[in-house]
Amino acid sequence: MATETLAKRQWALPRIGIRVPDTLARIVKYVLYRGVALFVTVVIGVYLTVLIANMGGYLDTIRISQIREQIGASILGDPALQTLSANELRANIDERVAIEMRRLNLDQPFFLRSINYLTDALTLNLGRAEFLSSNSGSRQVRLVLLERIPPTLLLSATANLSLFFTAIFAALFLSRRYGSFLDRLVIAMAPSSSVPAWFYGIFLILIFASVLHILPFGGMVDVPPPESMPQYVASLLKHMILPVGALIFHSIFVGIYNWRTFFLIYSSEDYVEMAKAKGLTSGAIERRYILRPTLPPIVTSFAFTLIYLWQGAIILETVFAWPGLGRLLYQAISSFDVPVIVGNVVLLAYLLVTSVFLLDIVYALLDPRVKVGGERRP
Amino acid sequence: MKRLIGFFRELTLYRSAVLGILIIGGLIALALYAVIALPYNEAIRRWRGGEEIWGNYPRNALPQWVTIFTGNSLPMTIVLDSRKEGSVRKEAQVVSDDMSTADIIMPFEYTSDGFPSEINLFLTAKYVQKKPQATMFWKTPDGRQIPLGDTTVGAAERFAISIDQRLTSRLGGLSPEKGLFVDPATVSSGAKPVPLKGRYQLVIEGLTFEEDSTLEAKLVVYGQVYGLAGTDHRRRDITVALLWGTPIALAFGFLAAVGSTLTTFTIAAIGSWFGGWLDALIQRITEINSVLPILPILILIGTFYTRNIWVILGVVIALGIFSLSIKTYRSMFLQVKEMPYIEAAHAYGASNLRIVFQYMMPKIAPVLIPAFVTLIPAFVFLEASLSILGLGDPVLPTWGKVLNDAYTNGALYKGYYYWVIEPAVLLMLTGLGFATVGFALDRIFNPRLREL
Repeated sequence: MATETLAKRQWALPRIGIRVPDTLARIVKYVLYRGVALFVTVVIGVYLTVLIANMGGYLDTIRISQIREQIGASILGDPALQTLSANELRANIDERVAIEMRRLNLDQPFFLRSINYLTDALTLNLGRAEFLSSNSGSRQVRLVLLERIPPTLLLSATANLSLFFTAIFAALFLSRRYGSFLDRLVIAMAPSSSVPAWFYGIFLILIFASVLHILPFGGMVDVPPPESMPQYVASLLKHMILPVGALIFHSIFVGIYNWRTFFLIYSSEDYVEMAKAKGLTSGAIERRYILRPTLPPIVTSFAFTLIYLWQGAIILETVFAWPGLGRLLYQAISSFDVPVIVGNVVLLAYLLVTSVFLLDIVYALLDPRVKVGGERRP
Repeated sequence: MKRLIGFFRELTLYRSAVLGILIIGGLIALALYAVIALPYNEAIRRWRGGEEIWGNYPRNALPQWVTIFTGNSLPMTIVLDSRKEGSVRKEAQVVSDDMSTADIIMPFEYTSDGFPSEINLFLTAKYVQKKPQATMFWKTPDGRQIPLGDTTVGAAERFAISIDQRLTSRLGGLSPEKGLFVDPATVSSGAKPVPLKGRYQLVIEGLTFEEDSTLEAKLVVYGQVYGLAGTDHRRRDITVALLWGTPIALAFGFLAAVGSTLTTFTIAAIGSWFGGWLDALIQRITEINSVLPILPILILIGTFYTRNIWVILGVVIALGIFSLSIKTYRSMFLQVKEMPYIEAAHAYGASNLRIVFQYMMPKIAPVLIPAFVTLIPAFVFLEASLSILGLGDPVLPTWGKVLNDAYTNGALYKGYYYWVIEPAVLLMLTGLGFATVGFALDRIFNPRLREL
């Protein structure tokens, strides 16, 4: 963390954007470059997942047993084959399984097979879950996973957005009151981020659910879910307070601390002094001379916060029984549902990279070096 | 060395850092104490030994010190064993050739304000063919005598008095661990049941039917408190896990932090010195690595291969080699690379590796210290995160595993707060201790932060 901030500070001061005709082209080029790079990352990440998961032959065993089951059912149900003896039937099944395995390239060397799995995983063609099922009862891993995205997104988006804006405004406020009691309090509290959010979650549950009985232990809505829309929303909000609170408490202080440090560094620059001398209002100075140059590095740091939050959500959701992707992963581990575990990891990799990619676009729009085509990002 | 003392002195200028150093010192002392006072094999035996180790401990008992806060005294466990010297009396009389009586009288004082949590009677007998018989009575301080039933005794019998349904109904619906101790006055008046203090007796009237046949008994009246940290759902003493969790957590955090920072640092130095395709390759790998979901990968490994903490440690280090701090270190090395003394070294013919390891790396090595200190708690919590998902090391007792046990057994719902709070406080102290020191170090090594 320490060294990260140092690196950001060593970036050259941004040149204030001079609009050139090919700004759009540069942004598109930059975004495309990042898009390709991130796609390569996803491919490598997913391939790694496939390798880890299949090193012990787990995926292969699952595939083969699924094929065997299907073929067995179809042969046993075929009236034309009823007259065959048990041995002949078994031979018949074995033969068809062999054909099917050849058709699905399961008899090929490991490398080619792993490429098959890779393309399957990348297209989210994830097969069938062994134990878990979606709310509608489907065993398709894709459906099981997809219905878990909205709760996760709801939780992390609420927490992150409120965190982001609270931190900015609190930091601006504190950088004006540098050295005050509040300022020192935030500095003193900054190490609290070393403790992960799920951990504060446990304490929050202990206080507000176990002892005070004013908020629920976990879950997303009451059981049974309320019928009317306003009641449903109220119940949802009530269940969100603790997990969102845990996430916010985890990173708010360090967030404010980092921002405030940036603002202070940038507000001691000569051009800010100059702006003050010109008699600009403090609002205008903040917006044009302090916020703008600090935005690009902070967007980058936000991207990395997001990476940790996506992963941190796994445990947080488990602790709060929040029916999102993280809790699904926990359930899949507990019941050893391999297709769901692999699918979940793949989806997490996708979500992670997508959020980084979106922030890259924001970065491209904000960073004048991308706009005017100055030096590349270090 | 002088420089180090200087840093240290500067560090003590920050009050929070002093607190952090004290916490870290306390944790290290605790870890050393654990390793010395409770050797590894003994700790594992106490944590995984089985019923004979913890059979006499109460289940889900509070730590003993809670009585200081609650005011009233909570019962400790009372164990009476006829095979050991003590207050237990044995009376044997020969009735006929083969038959003899073997009475066991087990008296004990009960002085607590609370009821016991459970009562078990363990009967063991020695015989060849004919099992001895036992009839049991409970005598209360006010002279009542409550029959507990009779049984033939095999080689080893457990007579779980507190789940005896018939006894419960005879006691007017109160479960035996309450009904046998309750003051009848409080029951008849309808007030909150209170135990009757005084001298209780369990009388076992035994009959043996062979010459060498014997009957032995052990009565365990389980209390509500145990030890420094209480016990868990399997009656295990949580103190063992808390004590041994300390060296494990510190070792895991320390090794992971050292392993990943040093490798990262070396790779950054090599990349920035040689430059060219090597540097570009390192940069690309770092970018890919930064987006890899580390926790899910660890989860996959924990699920499919091994939960051994040292293997997980290796994977953590491997995934941490190309961490983002490579970029930070690289930008520093690029500045160092241009310094005159490096040019001088190059001019007099120092080899590449000599320049990298002897001249460049020592120059900015101090910046590793804050990064290193702030990383330790992150890894400690990573281990706890894996444990709480049920992927903790199968053998070692760790803080995370205690939390996981508490979580899967619904400790928060059932009100066993101590079970959650104890490991949680230790984890939190570790996190905050290292983080406060890390923040202070950061300000010392990054002078631009110092005045802010």
